[in-house]
Amino acid sequence: MNKSASITTGGTFRFGLLLLAMPLLLWLFLLVILPHVDLFLVSMRERISYGKYEFSLINYIEFFAEPLYWNTYVRTAVMSIFATALTLIIGFPVSYYIAKVMRGKGKNVLFLMCLIPFWVSELVRTFGWMILLRESGVISNFLQWAGLADGPVEMLYNDAAIMVGLVYTSMLFMVVPLVSVLDSLDDSLIEAGYDLGGNTFTVTRDIVIPHAMPGIASGCIVVFMLTLGNYLTPNLLGGKDSLWFTEQIYTQFITRFNWESGSAFGFLLLILSSVIVWVGLKLSKQTLSETVG
Amino acid sequence: MADQFDLECRNVVKTFDDFTAVNDISLAIPKGSFFSILGPSGCGKTTLLRMLAGFQAPTSGDILIKGSSVLGVPPNRRPVNMVFQHLALFPMMNVAENVAYGLKRRGIDKQTIAKKVNETLARVGLPDAGPKQVNQLSGGQKQRIAIARCLVLDPAVLLLDEPLGALDLKLREHMKVELKQLQHEIGTTFVYITHDQSEALVMSDQVAVMNAGRFEQVGAPQDLYYNPKTAFVAGFVGESNRWTGTIGSGDDNKVEVILPTGGKVLAKRDAHMPLVEGQNVEIFVRPEAIAIDGASGAENTISAKVENVLFNGAASSLQVRDVATGQEMTVALPQTGAYASVRAGDEITLGWTVENTRCFAANQSGAGA
Amino acid sequence: MSKKHGALRGSLLSLTALAGMVSLVSAAQAEELRLLTWGGYAPDEVVEMFEKETGIDVEVTLSNNEDMISKLRATGGGGFDLAQPSQDRIAGAQLEYGIYKPIDLGKIDNDKFIPSMLDATKSNTTVDGEVYGVPHVWGTSGLIVDTSKAAAVKDYTDLCAPEVAGKVSYRLKRPTLIGFAYAMGMDPFAAYGDEAKYQEILDAVEAKLIECKANVKTYWEGGDALLNLVRSGEVVAAMAWDTGGWKLNNDNADITFVAPKSGALGWIDTFALPRKTKNEDAAYKWINFVMQPEIAAKITASAGNFTASKGADEFADDKLKAQFQGSFPPADLDNIKWYPTVPAGLEVLEGKTLDRVKAAQSN
Repeated sequence: MNKSASITTGGTFRFGLLLLAMPLLLWLFLLVILPHVDLFLVSMRERISYGKYEFSLINYIEFFAEPLYWNTYVRTAVMSIFATALTLIIGFPVSYYIAKVMRGKGKNVLFLMCLIPFWVSELVRTFGWMILLRESGVISNFLQWAGLADGPVEMLYNDAAIMVGLVYTSMLFMVVPLVSVLDSLDDSLIEAGYDLGGNTFTVTRDIVIPHAMPGIASGCIVVFMLTLGNYLTPNLLGGKDSLWFTEQIYTQFITRFNWESGSAFGFLLLILSSVIVWVGLKLSKQTLSETVG
Repeated sequence: MADQFDLECRNVVKTFDDFTAVNDISLAIPKGSFFSILGPSGCGKTTLLRMLAGFQAPTSGDILIKGSSVLGVPPNRRPVNMVFQHLALFPMMNVAENVAYGLKRRGIDKQTIAKKVNETLARVGLPDAGPKQVNQLSGGQKQRIAIARCLVLDPAVLLLDEPLGALDLKLREHMKVELKQLQHEIGTTFVYITHDQSEALVMSDQVAVMNAGRFEQVGAPQDLYYNPKTAFVAGFVGESNRWTGTIGSGDDNKVEVILPTGGKVLAKRDAHMPLVEGQNVEIFVRPEAIAIDGASGAENTISAKVENVLFNGAASSLQVRDVATGQEMTVALPQTGAYASVRAGDEITLGWTVENTRCFAANQSGAGA
Repeated sequence: MSKKHGALRGSLLSLTALAGMVSLVSAAQAEELRLLTWGGYAPDEVVEMFEKETGIDVEVTLSNNEDMISKLRATGGGGFDLAQPSQDRIAGAQLEYGIYKPIDLGKIDNDKFIPSMLDATKSNTTVDGEVYGVPHVWGTSGLIVDTSKAAAVKDYTDLCAPEVAGKVSYRLKRPTLIGFAYAMGMDPFAAYGDEAKYQEILDAVEAKLIECKANVKTYWEGGDALLNLVRSGEVVAAMAWDTGGWKLNNDNADITFVAPKSGALGWIDTFALPRKTKNEDAAYKWINFVMQPEIAAKITASAGNFTASKGADEFADDKLKAQFQGSFPPADLDNIKWYPTVPAGLEVLEGKTLDRVKAAQSN
């Protein structure tokens, strides 16, 4: 039994490896590659009449010809980049505080506090924001009570509300990689930076940020992807002017029954996110393997 | 007077909650000297060093650099630089950038920086290392770059926090000599902390032995070795045979100490140390102070049986047992050839003088080395 | 090698056995009816009664018109045994995707239906001579108005009045386009067959909706979200379903459903059989069961809308009847515009109009 189980030939070894990798390969093929191929094929056809389709680029042409789609596409990308930057700007000091300033129990408590909002679903979190920001909501009432506002204040249904929701939703995904990368920064490097004449700004710029770069890059990639692909938050908090590209895709698929252009939009979103992540990695001089690995 | 000292501490105290890490330390380090603080881990030496660098503020007392107080001056404004225990070279920069870091912070122009960096790299013997990455350097090279990074700033005092700890033995021995030479050449005041007595003794002009937040004794290495003032120093600096016993009879110069095994040893009576009959004491005798074959003039003589010969080149020794009392002791075995024939089981006569037998009251705290 | 193959075969065998057991278990379970419907159309009480009478388990999935078509389209008409799309959305979807199966009218108790409604639905859902839908619940969409604050709102276009600026809401969906078109004096249903004419109407409505956008607080998506907006007073007038207005009326007498001057839009939700229905018999049983007047009245109580069941009015709640009569004086009742079948292609035009409205800057 032992003899036959031990790996004796290359052939057996390879077969065993294949068997081990099977779940991963199946997962990749059935759930990632196959749907994308199908999506691509659907995006490349045009509906001629009931149940009749032909190969065509019309869905892509339509995207470029219709300013609405374009605008939404660019707006989504710009807002996502902005939300990612904002998340980084807020998340970095928070992470630094958790990783380097706090000690012992307080550290875990703070970290847990970042995690708590994620115990409820995104929908509930977004509704929470709606309760706070709406005209008859908590903040509006507080401002009136405090005499800072004369009448009800509507803070919902605008880009700022979308931003707040997106940053809040993404914060954890920025803080986790940042905390782990900052944790790995030897305190004595920071002290050496000060000792040799650096101030807070230069030490952060020359030592902390270069060290944290892989964490920053991976946090930004995750947050950017999440933001770009977010549907609920822009939709609920943005109201009548939300204009998020995923909404377009949803509309095409679900309310227009236009799977062809929905697929094309989906593909364009995939291209957009890939290009922006690629550019971001180039600019920050990081590689994907470094960042993810 | 004050400007003769590069660094002075006056009654420095540092407490953390109810724990006193540094307890009323005063010191004055003359210009250009190599000063070591030697003590076991947890004795407070790192806290003291961090206060000198400015990372921690003393609870009370004053720290003066070149005669002026630096209390409230942040680390980046103090004319001291520190070589960290794990060196803390910046991995995100190459060697030249590491060395240039401090100069850049001072806003010096690029040409001057490049010139100074090259000079300093040459001074530490690594003139071509500039473009290298930190992880391409060997342990000893990293050491030198860490020192160069500080020296390029011409600090009044260079603080070194056990920088040799991470090196292997051979390299450590080599670096000791190199550091000593470097300090001698450049003339900067070094404050070096370590738990390794050999590092402190080899390199330093002055050594402060620190224990439980206090300086036990400050002095030249020879002084500490031959005239320890406390049982702790006697035990911590150098090798010693250490026995406990009680005071018997004695006169102004010497006392008789009765060991629990029944043996009697004559020890020196220090003028400043009052000893009364019946008091518990610790006595210290260095292995090399014990002469084999009972040299003349030795007040203490015993005959002992060799249990083990521990051959270690110049540091060889014998483990012996007193035939009469069964007391164990270690005796240095000089490699002069005279004792080459000593074997385990041999019976030998040992003798040592009162002068070389130190006696301290036993209630003093004492950690052995 | 052979041992490995043996192990693989062994695990495959056990997997097959497991799969077999799973299917056995499901076969051993009671018969099941998978119902794709709207909220309130299959109240627990009715489901329990049905299960007790027939022994068939009912698995209810809540949905809406677009979602129903999308779900059935994705599976080619599988996954459900009975669906309840609106009558105007059947023929087009059937032509396009073939997701439904003709209804065998012989298996249905025709005399339980209000005849005029049954006939209208049959004709609207006929494709190639086959009937695909029978009526179930009907209702209207119009205006929900807080009469204490926005009594001036009598028609869809009044939502754009400056008096209610920032306090109105409607959906960005096709009923809004149709409603505004009527309120603007046009007849979109008459233009269904004429794409160019219809586009003209859409263009006019689009301009109006863009102009009106600044007035809108938000475009509502879910019914509950809208009810909350009205209940909190953030919205005082909205375009919505009649039942929502009546529900709010129960809590606050000022708020009620108002049939717009230009006419409420009438819809009928039907029963339709998905093409790959697995339990057709149970589907017919369910239809016949819920069309009994007493049962239909229970559904009316739960959904808030009346059904096509003959004689169910007798069992309906008096308050609801009163609310209905309050919202629909006889003249308004006659003025209800019933949705005709949507011709294919129109929804693409409407979609683009809605896109442009959504994209327009509101201020």
